[in-house]
Amino acid sequence: MNYEALRHFADSWGLLFMALLWIGFALWTFRPGARRHHDDAAQMIFRENEKGRTDINGEQNNG
Amino acid sequence: MDNLVFRAGGWLVLAALAFMAMALAADGGFAVHMGIITIACLIVLWVTVSKADYGAIARGIIKSPADPGIYDDEPIRWGVIATLFWGMAGFAVGLYIALQLAFPVLNLGLEYTTFGRLRPLHTSAVIFAFGGNALIATSFYIVQRTCRARLAFPGLARFVFWGYQLFIVLAATGYLLGVTQSKEYAEPEWYVDLWLTIVWVSYAVVFIGTIVKRSEPHIYVANWFFLAFILTVAMLHLVNGLAMPVSLLGAKSYSAFAGVQDALTQWWYGHNAVGFFLTAGFLGMMYYFVPKQAERPVYSYRLSIIHFWSLIFLYIWAGPHHLHYTALPDWAQTLGMVFSVILWMPSWGGMINGLMTLNGAWEKIRTDPIIRMMVIALAFYGMSTFEGPMMSIKAVNSLSHYTDWTIGHVHSGALGWNGMITFAALYYLVPRLWGRQRLYSLRMVNWHFWLATFGIVLYAASMWVAGIMQGLMWREYGADGYLVYSFSEVVSAMLPMYLIRALGGLMYLAGAAIMVYNVWMTVLGKLREEKAMTETPHNEAADKPIVAQPAE
Repeated sequence: MNYEALRHFADSWGLLFMALLWIGFALWTFRPGARRHHDDAAQMIFRENEKGRTDINGEQNNG
Repeated sequence: MDNLVFRAGGWLVLAALAFMAMALAADGGFAVHMGIITIACLIVLWVTVSKADYGAIARGIIKSPADPGIYDDEPIRWGVIATLFWGMAGFAVGLYIALQLAFPVLNLGLEYTTFGRLRPLHTSAVIFAFGGNALIATSFYIVQRTCRARLAFPGLARFVFWGYQLFIVLAATGYLLGVTQSKEYAEPEWYVDLWLTIVWVSYAVVFIGTIVKRSEPHIYVANWFFLAFILTVAMLHLVNGLAMPVSLLGAKSYSAFAGVQDALTQWWYGHNAVGFFLTAGFLGMMYYFVPKQAERPVYSYRLSIIHFWSLIFLYIWAGPHHLHYTALPDWAQTLGMVFSVILWMPSWGGMINGLMTLNGAWEKIRTDPIIRMMVIALAFYGMSTFEGPMMSIKAVNSLSHYTDWTIGHVHSGALGWNGMITFAALYYLVPRLWGRQRLYSLRMVNWHFWLATFGIVLYAASMWVAGIMQGLMWREYGADGYLVYSFSEVVSAMLPMYLIRALGGLMYLAGAAIMVYNVWMTVLGKLREEKAMTETPHNEAADKPIVAQPAE
């Protein structure tokens, strides 16, 4: 495969493939049921550690 | 015992090999580096055979809490200290080279202290030593908390820390000695590049290993950004570092690419070092520490995922905007420009997502100086990711390129975004890592905030003026078609702006010095007696029931 062929592959099929991949990833976040999953993931960092003692993360931050 | 003898023998053999390489070195720089490696091997050998418990001694020196905790935080504590140490070194060198531009006598007439050798020392110290240590430390902290798992390979995590420090020392000494492959942000020569590859792969193994053994089903979005940062930097480093050494016992090597291909590979690397090292990695910090400090979840988790994919898909194409109006084919320049302009959108999506996390808690900007630092960091993320796409437009670039506007742009991103989010993250981490009730002083954080902010404003504003002035003076034609200004006239016109820039740098350095003191006192367990940041006013006179007036 020479430079010209690679270049034309990149700006046609390659570009289409990357664009579709991105659209797929972006649309996937709008799937039904995603909101509940996302809300859960966003809250996850505030859940206290179930394993063993509560570490100091769980406490109110004073600086 | 056999194991100990085997390991000690191994380190001795390595030290002997490095010593031989030093003796047979083709050039002075390589000899000094092999000497440093010999010393490093002998130190590891001593630690291996000595009976003393160096782990305990190290914990004593940095005052680690007696309770080891449920997470493996020791390498993170070292990382915090290394970040502060290299940060001070990098900022101080930055101030010094800023003064060199104003007062050339500060080059001192020595090859080792010229601007050309100190500048890469400054850029690498702040990006890779300060930023890199901050990224390694915070990523190890965040990945453990969000995966609810201890670091996968504790020994390897310690190797990553010490191996990275050795890389920094080799790189920094190399710059002073003139050992460089002359690629911006990729100056270290082939053997230092190989060492960094080993350290970086180990870093990836520790990080991915921890994700694999997680007990939390979902991988929090901050880890996505860290993972993209680690993997992409590995790819960039491997490709851009491809070189053939002249001799296996000498520092000099030649790039695998030539001419414009080499330039494009370099700026594909260089811009993505900005995109994945200074952006994706630090966004990982942002997506954890901003919600934690604000005590509310990220504004939109969906937006954070779209932010992630857009950044990953777009950034990798933006590099050619560094090569406008060069031998690079025109279509490639336009491609770089177009992708840079599109990149504005996900960047602002991320900024809005971070800022809106404070929705409903805006008063924290008034009461919590750490939140204030995070907000200014996001504001500068927004400003520099608007300025960058604008400067990548060819017409704008024809004015801004090669001028100090570029320097101002880089520093509004580096000081404003990377610096401020790192300071905020360290202020969050220190009381938690050392088991302290709070920081030594919140008012000192406030001082740090204002010194750093005014420093950046002076820096960016003076460089805008300097850059646009330079660009306009360079392109000024007289009626008869000659250039109006000589280069030296432009240089002398810059002096006031260079002095203002140096003052801005001094203020930024002063703020960081206050931080070092504050962190030091916090580690020692001291609490400063001080007035609270805000007080709720209470009016004694008004605090009574309304007495009904009798009707007339």
